Amino acid sequence: MFDFRTRRKFILYTIMTILFIIFFFPLLYMISTSLTPNEDLILQNMSTIRAFFPSEIGLKNFSDVFQRMPFGRFLFNSLFIVSTTILLGLVVNSMMAFGLARFNFKGRNLIISTVLALMIIPFEAIAVPLLLITNRLGWLDSYQVQIIPFIANPFYIFLLYQFFINFPKELEEAAIIDGANWYQIYYKVAMPLSKPVLASVAILHFLMQWRRFLWPLMVTRGPSYRPLTVAMQVFFGEYPRLWGDIMAYVAMMTLPVVILFVILQDRYVSTVARSGIK
Amino acid sequence: MNRSNKTVIGTFLTPAVVLLMAFMILPFVMAFVLSFTNSRLIPGPRGTQYIGLTNYQKLVEDNMFWRGLKHNFYFVIIVVPIQTSLALLLAILVNQKLKFSKFFRTFYFIPTVTAMVAVAVVWSFLYHPNGLINSFLTFITGGVWGGVDFLNTTRWAFPAIMAMSIWQGVGFQMLIFLAGLQDIPSSYYEAADIDGANSWEKFKYITLPQLKNTTTFVVISTTILAFRLFTQILVMTNGGPQGSTYTVMLHIYKMAYQRLNIGYGSALTVVFFIIILIISLLQRYLLGEQREVA
Repeated sequence: MFDFRTRRKFILYTIMTILFIIFFFPLLYMISTSLTPNEDLILQNMSTIRAFFPSEIGLKNFSDVFQRMPFGRFLFNSLFIVSTTILLGLVVNSMMAFGLARFNFKGRNLIISTVLALMIIPFEAIAVPLLLITNRLGWLDSYQVQIIPFIANPFYIFLLYQFFINFPKELEEAAIIDGANWYQIYYKVAMPLSKPVLASVAILHFLMQWRRFLWPLMVTRGPSYRPLTVAMQVFFGEYPRLWGDIMAYVAMMTLPVVILFVILQDRYVSTVARSGIK
Repeated sequence: MNRSNKTVIGTFLTPAVVLLMAFMILPFVMAFVLSFTNSRLIPGPRGTQYIGLTNYQKLVEDNMFWRGLKHNFYFVIIVVPIQTSLALLLAILVNQKLKFSKFFRTFYFIPTVTAMVAVAVVWSFLYHPNGLINSFLTFITGGVWGGVDFLNTTRWAFPAIMAMSIWQGVGFQMLIFLAGLQDIPSSYYEAADIDGANSWEKFKYITLPQLKNTTTFVVISTTILAFRLFTQILVMTNGGPQGSTYTVMLHIYKMAYQRLNIGYGSALTVVFFIIILIISLLQRYLLGEQREVA
């Protein structure tokens, strides 16, 4: 007979393992299907446990994806759009936050309240007029239409502002005595000290931009500027669906990010905590 | 020390201010203005005209809009309670001091870092009439479950999308709850131990009240997400079958983008924003302005 402690542990582990299976099987299914080179075998196995242990294994689906579409181009588009937005966003948002937190000037409170109010506006509420604006600017089907509107972000400004406002004044006063100007204080004192919060902002920005779907769907046409999320549309119009190829595409898009976040998980966990209410 | 040098302040603020004005404030104001016009993405020969409340009149009589809105509310009523309680359960589980807690935590949050469009495709395959979910349900019911074409049946398509959305999103709320749990001082639980409280009493009298703000935040943010529901609908059902998964966002997309009717799309957007605004103000009210400027 188990004692109370062992029984409790047993129950907890059982529940956690069942949940583990629920959370993990779709991804495992994606991986095993992507590695099944034979489309008939995929359809034959699709409803059984054998789907997870295909009798044939190969990378044919992956090479198919590269052959049938410019996958490398889509990957580059996604990476370029995401990384440019994050880098410019870190600079622009932290400068704004630093300015609001470290200076007193007329209109400061108005700007702060405006930034807070803007946090309520979801992207979907401005997508339609933004489509009109970017169309008038002649930006449709380009990189900038997917980058420039998403650089400044009120929520990230707010997160950084909260950090800078608690930043001890003595540090910058010491820097000023040493002859530093405000740009040097921002760049050499404030930036290095705010690495954790900058990392959080970068993570949130990454997730937002990497997963973006509605906007690139509306503003891109051909393959030239399409990110991975929207380029996947090619598969949706085809019948019968080639599930092996689809899964290979999805796996290549998903797994690197999953692995990255598993490695950076402590940072991710603290980022989510920061984005929630304290 | 000079804290009011206009050039310096201007340099720090200008880039973000210009971008926010051009790509947030301007389109936001334009949504209101355009909603009173017949603006189209590609203007017709007579250009754009002021048409008063015509778009809003059309909206009131637009069955597809009301159907979409009804589905959004339906999604909120079903998904928000399930997702919130499941997230709390997961957070409590991974907060136990067990050897593999961190391992399980990792796997519970993995879906939240995936792109919705990608996992929606994987789940379409799982929901196939001959797919894994059907055969699993047939197996555990001993053959009673006959198998259904989830995404092509009016009765099952929306619940199927709901289940998948919970799977994808719950890990994020779990992490928020986990942060909330770890902020509860352990002395509270120790005091309860001395008083002889059992686990359920500790949960009811310490954990739940201490998590009140976190829970409010999770409920409201999940509700807002429910109104923004779009990607998985477009990928898995495109609003079908027979409009059974149609949502407000899908309607806005179809009107503004596919029919190029910016004016009507803007009117829909304004109504959509007012709903979000009400929910957000409710959140600020319930949380007592915790995010007020320092």
